[in-house]
Amino acid sequence: MTAPAIECAALTRRFDALTAVDALTLQVADGEVFGLLGPNGAGKTTTIKMLITLLDPTSGGARVAGHDIVRDARAVRRSIGYVPQLLSSDGTLSARENLDISTRLYHVPRGERRQRIDEALEFMGLSEVGDKLVRTFSGGMIRRLEIAQAMLHRPAVLFLDEPTVGLDPVARRAVWEHVRRLRERDGTTVMLTTHYMDEAAELCERLGIMHLGKLAALGTPAELAAQVGPGATLDAVFTHFTGSGLDEGGSYRDVARTRRTARRLG
Amino acid sequence: MTSLERAAPHAASAEPVAPVRLLLDAWTVASAELRKLAHDPTEVATRAVQPILWLVVFGQVMAQSRVIETGSVGYMDFLAPGVLAQSALFSAIFFGIAVIWERDLGVLHKYLVSPASREALVAGKALAGGLRALVQAFVVYLAAVLIGIHLRWELPSLVGVALVVVLGAAGFATFSLIVACVVRTRERFMGIGQVLTMPLFFASSAIYPISLMPGWLQVFAHLNPLTYQVDALRALMIDGGPSTYPIPLDIAVLAGTVVVLVAIASRLYPRLAQ
Repeated sequence: MTAPAIECAALTRRFDALTAVDALTLQVADGEVFGLLGPNGAGKTTTIKMLITLLDPTSGGARVAGHDIVRDARAVRRSIGYVPQLLSSDGTLSARENLDISTRLYHVPRGERRQRIDEALEFMGLSEVGDKLVRTFSGGMIRRLEIAQAMLHRPAVLFLDEPTVGLDPVARRAVWEHVRRLRERDGTTVMLTTHYMDEAAELCERLGIMHLGKLAALGTPAELAAQVGPGATLDAVFTHFTGSGLDEGGSYRDVARTRRTARRLG
Repeated sequence: MTSLERAAPHAASAEPVAPVRLLLDAWTVASAELRKLAHDPTEVATRAVQPILWLVVFGQVMAQSRVIETGSVGYMDFLAPGVLAQSALFSAIFFGIAVIWERDLGVLHKYLVSPASREALVAGKALAGGLRALVQAFVVYLAAVLIGIHLRWELPSLVGVALVVVLGAAGFATFSLIVACVVRTRERFMGIGQVLTMPLFFASSAIYPISLMPGWLQVFAHLNPLTYQVDALRALMIDGGPSTYPIPLDIAVLAGTVVVLVAIASRLYPRLAQ
């Protein structure tokens, strides 16, 4: 077996009095699709932000694609793709221009750029609209473009933060389908956060349920269900381990942000 | 596929040395900004209205009243470089708003997770802020020709004007970026942007010579990069234009300001995404 793609060791992040991520220890195998579940404020996004080097841990550490997230941050950045919960495509540029910026920032050799961009557009079903401004796109199209953008440099690990928030059911299915096909093509390790149980069940081979910054449960969807009781649904698993119903709503800021994103994507 | 095979495309591409990489990455960021400008130039175009008003209305009235002693050149000739520097400043000082906007959207995060260095990202933003000001320079030159200001047209002085305009605006755009990193919200930024522009503008030689200022204000004026920008522009733009300092000194001050501000901003910039 190869080294794990993601390896967290007592990864911790405090904001003043609040411990957003509390001694998270976790391994994600090479090629695995791993889902981080939890209610708003459970520490999912903070965990991802540390793993993608946007935020330093307070204590503990992690390795992504074999590189230390603090000491070797630039090597980590070279090895990962990231699709934020918010918008990462620039609406005032065309799809092709957005992809072009990424190929250049990721140092894809000049001679290969055009071909990579064409392939990415083709793969995501966006060839027809490559020269249109992204602000004219539907939410599902933007998400597909963002995933294409995050995959242009063929990263070893792809991070998706709430990939289908604000999308309609058809667009969500399309995004899932593309993530699955990408993984088949490139063998990429995927870590995603979600609070949609159907998304977790559809896409993830293994799940970690976070609650108040700690890992409350870890296993395949079937293993987790078995721990709760015969025939338990993932919704029941979620409630069991987090002691809460789904999504009480989060802070005002979270809500404002999600609504804004949803509106912009929709 | 193993992770080794996946790493191969990177290993195959020869990595240029760090300074070249920094410039290439900075240019990537700057060119994205310029393409946005090409898609929608309205913002820069509307910002061109203000300098025309300063020249045509304020300038003509002040020139008539002859209250400001400007030495060897007429007041209009004295004012034109000041108006150019001022319009570039007013536009650059709000550059940070766009950065906060990018943070709110998520575009900032995309830049920060890329392998480009923080210095390159900030330098790219600074360069974009600087190049935008060339549009204003073009507008001010048009207006200046129409109202008969005595401009210099030799190529070296035109190149010099472009360089000084870009350096000055890049500095103020980076300063704006630093403010954005500190205040973090658009609302607070708007308030602070207004508070910052007027002192920078009035404590400079843009619309009157420094020698007319009270002593304490002269101290501020000498610390203000805008003073050096206007000083260089006056000599480079205007036929017989007076300058207080040698032009290389002006350029060195402006370039030094950009370097120091970019260094500070690249430490603060990643914090915006946290």
